[in-house]
Amino acid sequence: MELKRARPGQTNRWFAIVPMGYLAVTVGIPLLIITAYSFLSRPDLGVGVKWEFTPISYVRIFVQERLDGTTGLDVRYLKVIWNSFLYSGISTVTTLVLAIPVAVWIATRQAKYRYLLVLLVTLPFWTSILIRTYAIRQLLDEKGVLGQVTSFLGLGDNFQILYTPTATVIGLTFTSLPFMILPIYASAERFDFRLAEAAYDLGAKKWSALFRVLLPSISPGIFAGIALVFIPGLGSFLAADMLGGGKTNMIANVVANNFGQARNWPFGSALSVFLCLLTLFFTLLISMKTRKKTEAKK
Amino acid sequence: MMMVSQKKIGVRIVAIAAALLLLSSCSSSTKDAAESTSAAFPTAQGGELNLYNWTNYIDPEQLKAFTAETGIKVNLDTFDSNETLLAKLQSGATGYDVIVPSDYMVAQMVELGLLEDIGVSSFPNGKNIDPNFMEVYWDKGRNFSAPYMYGTTGIAVNTTDAAANKITSWKDFFNADSLTSVDVLKDQTEVVSAALRASGVAAADLCTTDKTKYVAAQKILDGFKPKVIDSDGGIERMVKESSMVRMAWNGSVNRMVTDNPKIKYVFPTEGLNFWADNLAVPKGAKNIDNAKIFINWMLSPKEGAAATNFTGYGNAVLGSGEFMLPSIKSDPGINVSPENAKLVSPTPNCSTEARDLYTQLFTSWTSNQ
Amino acid sequence: MKTRKLVNLRSFPLFSTVSYLTFFILYAPIALVIAYSFNVNRTAQIWTGFSTKWYMDVLTNDDIVKAVKNSLIVALPATILATTLALAATLGLQRMGRKGNTVSIILLGAPLIIPEIVLAVGSLCFFLFIGLPIGFIGLVVAHTAFCIPFAMLPIRARLVSLEASSFEAAADLGANEWNIFKRVTLPLLAPGVLAGALLAFAISFDDFITSFFVSGPGSTTLPVYIFGMIRSNVTPAINALSTMLLIGTGGILFMSYALNQDRKK
Repeated sequence: MELKRARPGQTNRWFAIVPMGYLAVTVGIPLLIITAYSFLSRPDLGVGVKWEFTPISYVRIFVQERLDGTTGLDVRYLKVIWNSFLYSGISTVTTLVLAIPVAVWIATRQAKYRYLLVLLVTLPFWTSILIRTYAIRQLLDEKGVLGQVTSFLGLGDNFQILYTPTATVIGLTFTSLPFMILPIYASAERFDFRLAEAAYDLGAKKWSALFRVLLPSISPGIFAGIALVFIPGLGSFLAADMLGGGKTNMIANVVANNFGQARNWPFGSALSVFLCLLTLFFTLLISMKTRKKTEAKK
Repeated sequence: MMMVSQKKIGVRIVAIAAALLLLSSCSSSTKDAAESTSAAFPTAQGGELNLYNWTNYIDPEQLKAFTAETGIKVNLDTFDSNETLLAKLQSGATGYDVIVPSDYMVAQMVELGLLEDIGVSSFPNGKNIDPNFMEVYWDKGRNFSAPYMYGTTGIAVNTTDAAANKITSWKDFFNADSLTSVDVLKDQTEVVSAALRASGVAAADLCTTDKTKYVAAQKILDGFKPKVIDSDGGIERMVKESSMVRMAWNGSVNRMVTDNPKIKYVFPTEGLNFWADNLAVPKGAKNIDNAKIFINWMLSPKEGAAATNFTGYGNAVLGSGEFMLPSIKSDPGINVSPENAKLVSPTPNCSTEARDLYTQLFTSWTSNQ
Repeated sequence: MKTRKLVNLRSFPLFSTVSYLTFFILYAPIALVIAYSFNVNRTAQIWTGFSTKWYMDVLTNDDIVKAVKNSLIVALPATILATTLALAATLGLQRMGRKGNTVSIILLGAPLIIPEIVLAVGSLCFFLFIGLPIGFIGLVVAHTAFCIPFAMLPIRARLVSLEASSFEAAADLGANEWNIFKRVTLPLLAPGVLAGALLAFAISFDDFITSFFVSGPGSTTLPVYIFGMIRSNVTPAINALSTMLLIGTGGILFMSYALNQDRKK
């Protein structure tokens, strides 16, 4: 593809060099350093790294020398990685189930209300994730509203959700909802209902007409939503930290711990690199799938 | 309104003299205390002081009083763990003038050359330092640090809960999760050392590199599934009875008792950790003179007592007793009986090898929750 | 048309129920936070009476005021820098070749895709490596980076919606590139730029993880401070502070959104 013919007012491409350079330095170099650190050793004293090359940090993710002297598969971090997939996955499915109806519903409202509804969906998304996670914590506290509701429902006092993996998943779901609703809505808004009407006219039942025509049409939005919920969910920190009671650990929590109390920066870096690779993998996967779909449509 | 503090404890100095002897028992080399007395002690000339302290570990009113008396403005930043403190310092954060590291962290910082040698013991108020706190292993002769608050880490129980009320040892504690709601600190040193003690390891061996001892401790931790693993929010949870048992600093318990008198502090029979926090000056601090003035000021009996009254932990300043609140002086967790005093030993400050074993055990345990 | 029973294909009863439920889910926890901020009891979840004392508490707390100032000291430069860079990037990207485009998309997407924890510890290590003391400068540098992609969104959307005709008309009238830029491009893009700036500001102000790792002496920002409060001293003061923060950044984002929507009408 050749350079687009310059139209007036388009300035020139060097305008973009400075910002790209800035990003390359402030994002690219830290990533390089983290990758470098992941291959270094721990210092004898204090925090940071010692400039001695070793791949042991990566090995440590999978293998450990146990206390009884044997070396074997280390399930601890595999568990953490699995947990990250599980919690993020569940929250993705949950948000998807809720978001499709909401997105379609908003798309079928009158135009003047749509703007307001979309705003209502967007607002929480833009507020501090710290506060929203804290809000879930207060909500799920068994001595608060939840406790009163569960007592009322006969589930007994002290119905414990907070400080369990369930609470973490609830937190993830709550904070990711807007990310799932908005892309699906963007797709749904463009859907031409006359297509569904045509299907209906040709004899399809109502729901069948809708789902066999509507769903494929909004699938780009669905994929986008899945990408926006699942991938950041893998790297989530606050949900598990504030709602998990110290017992739910996702990858980000272990990374933070290794840059804190555990004082193992190389290991924390190795895990970070691992998390990044996972993130990249799924991003590419979803973007390829989306491209296939758009190409197939042509 | 008194702000809640996580770490609140006061201990009658005489009662824990035994523990302190343990602290000062090893090594004989003492830094020459005659050094650094040549320069006159600085006088307050206004300016600023950047204080880096644990969250809620000093009364804002006390800082205001300091400013009123000296004209020095205090900027307070907070941290939540010694390792965070160390990481910040080593990351080149050069703006702090006074920091508050715990015992073992002072030792490490001295070794890393991160602290200024300010000769605390030769300050005008240096004479107020309790002799029991002078020859501590992390700073013999008190050149780098002044004592701040100290305390023990034991068990808080709600006496109205049958299972909780029966707890007298760490072994009981680690078994209580199946009977009632138990919280624990998110501190690998505290958790692992408690498990080691419960498995029969003596206080002197808590830094062992003998893996079989850790295997035994692991067996104890294997079945232990507490309700919450968190160093924060414990007071609140115990007070509103979300939890009935908690591994807690005795000052937290002092605070819990104020709001919920059914709670009591237990000294586990296998022994418990004693820790001491300190005021120190990082190398390259910009306002060294103001830092010295502040530290000296904190070593006066009135100010030492003010800190105790706010945090609820003991201080090592002679003569502060007369300024302390009666509620603090009468707290059994603070006013320690001789039998309980025998159970106290310093928090283990281990070699990297031993610490790695702690980390390994702790990580295995948390990942199995 | 066949005469089957007339069905409104646009209405799904279940969908509206789910939608109302979802909106409730979205706002109930936040409403709760706001409600609890008026609880006179120290333990937020146990309601004992109405009071605004926690708001007074927050407003008279020097440390909180300082934290707010710190957040502003970081957010304002970061916003200006990020928006400027975003504007430059948006304009320059129009003329980028394919390779340049790909690289740019990757660089712009990176702060959004890469987990923030990784960027946060990475920035920490980076600053340590180059000897930049952590604190305000480091915070502004790091915040600017992840604000650029956000600032770009409204600007790009605005640019796309502009018609080429405005530019061509100006060119026809003899204006050179620079003049076109100054007197046509910028004014037309202005609402988008403003929207982008507001977005960047809110993102920076609300940021937690990066600020947590990169903050230094005297530069504790408000979210980091709140995190400390949640960790150590849980009272409805946190709720009061959170409410104020919600209204503050919510208001800003509302404005940004409104500005952006204007052009659609």
